[in-house]
Amino acid sequence: MKGFAKGAILPVAFLLAWEMAMRVTGVQSDSLAPPSEIAAAFWNAVLDGTIFARTYETLRAALTGLAIGGGSALALSILLGLAPPFARLMRFSIEVLRPIPPVALIPVAILVLGFGYAMEISLVAFSSFWPVLIYGHSAIINIEPQLLEVSRVLRLGTFGRVTKIVLPAALPRYFVAFRLSAAVSLIIAVTTEIAANPMGVGHELMAASQSLHPDLMFAMVLWIGLVGWAVNAALLFAQRRLFGPAGEGVVAAR
Amino acid sequence: MSSVARITWLLGSIAVTALFVALWQVIADHGGIPAVFLPGPDKSWVALVDGLNGGDLGRLAGATILRMVYGWVLASLAGIAVGAAIGSSRWARSYIAPTLEMVRPVPVSAFMPIMIAFIGLTGDMVLVVIAIGSIWPVLLATVHGISAVEPRLIEVSRSLRLSRLAMLWKIALPNAQPDILAGMRLGLTVSLILAVIGEMLTSEDGLGSFILLSGRTFHSAQLFSGVILLGAIGLASNLALQAIEARMLRWTYR
Repeated sequence: MKGFAKGAILPVAFLLAWEMAMRVTGVQSDSLAPPSEIAAAFWNAVLDGTIFARTYETLRAALTGLAIGGGSALALSILLGLAPPFARLMRFSIEVLRPIPPVALIPVAILVLGFGYAMEISLVAFSSFWPVLIYGHSAIINIEPQLLEVSRVLRLGTFGRVTKIVLPAALPRYFVAFRLSAAVSLIIAVTTEIAANPMGVGHELMAASQSLHPDLMFAMVLWIGLVGWAVNAALLFAQRRLFGPAGEGVVAAR
Repeated sequence: MSSVARITWLLGSIAVTALFVALWQVIADHGGIPAVFLPGPDKSWVALVDGLNGGDLGRLAGATILRMVYGWVLASLAGIAVGAAIGSSRWARSYIAPTLEMVRPVPVSAFMPIMIAFIGLTGDMVLVVIAIGSIWPVLLATVHGISAVEPRLIEVSRSLRLSRLAMLWKIALPNAQPDILAGMRLGLTVSLILAVIGEMLTSEDGLGSFILLSGRTFHSAQLFSGVILLGAIGLASNLALQAIEARMLRWTYR
């Protein structure tokens, strides 16, 4: 608890100084609001429910995109891992497609799908695809070779080998890959909303900025950070609970 | 693997990519998808060559690259300096690091509306957001790299009576070099993404505004040529940094 108190000193002092400076100088600003007003704006958005409605839109797009992108990456990474010649043949295509910045596809998605869930979901799917593919592939390559020998001794078919040996062995690393992808999904969903798509917390933030409501703007930034932190903390907790130290060490490779 | 086999596999995987491009051409020509939504690789290529030869594409790509590199260099220098200051002092680590961890989960694009409110829709605003956004990977990697220095090396520096600055320069920073370079590579990816979004929002000259405008006016071949160029920039910058990393880290044994 002492470490926590030490860490809290700086932000608390910063907020107090911010509040006092704004009260003493009596500044009326279109871009800055004292923390007390930010808290009030946050509380208002909670009371009238807008913050939850917007968060639901963002989370729905992020999670659907993650399920589509991560799911197809899961399937492809198993293929790549079990058939090394296939992996070698796909390598160039993957290396060429992966560095495309997801935001560069925003105009393409708008052109083809228009605004709304579909374009945001497809952008999230594209960007959450790569971490799962790369980490998943390396998870399968790094499976203990003796386990695969066991599966040969047991004369398991391909399906049995995948479901009984490969997936359970690679599961902890896949979970880590999905955790990283979940963070990416949320970032890309919010970014898409800030840049173009008129829905979700990102658009609410952008609208507050454009309509000169700094109190709501800072409240939304705070909330977006809180949501990102909560998602990551929940997944990290689940990872430690489910897999213990088996999932560690993968993140270091990041 | 012998080098002949490696080259054969590389050529094979390039051939697979060529097959995908051919498939794209066939779908564009005969798939029944309107050319407005999916221009073939032939039209995209012509748009790319035309844009680079007679058109604005080269100048716009240069503007985007310059923005990305400026912001990234600023962020890297500041990130290493601040990271070294925090990482080398136990006091700063326990008081400042928790605040950094709190700000970290906020998607960097969320800083853009704040900076728009403060600075306005200008090129300077984009540069500031790029610098803020890509400082995180470098800063956190530096803090981690420096605080993870082998304790015996610290003892050595004590017995040599090195000053704190000399200790940083001669022992801590070289030790943190692999972490810092990895953080800088991540930072460059982030800065390209932020440069593109910033250009989209501010309509400053660059590939971001170019592709958004091309999409809005249904010039899909131009749009695809811009996306291809952005992918090429991402790929080239990543490869360049990997090469620099490999060269600078030759002294580490891994």
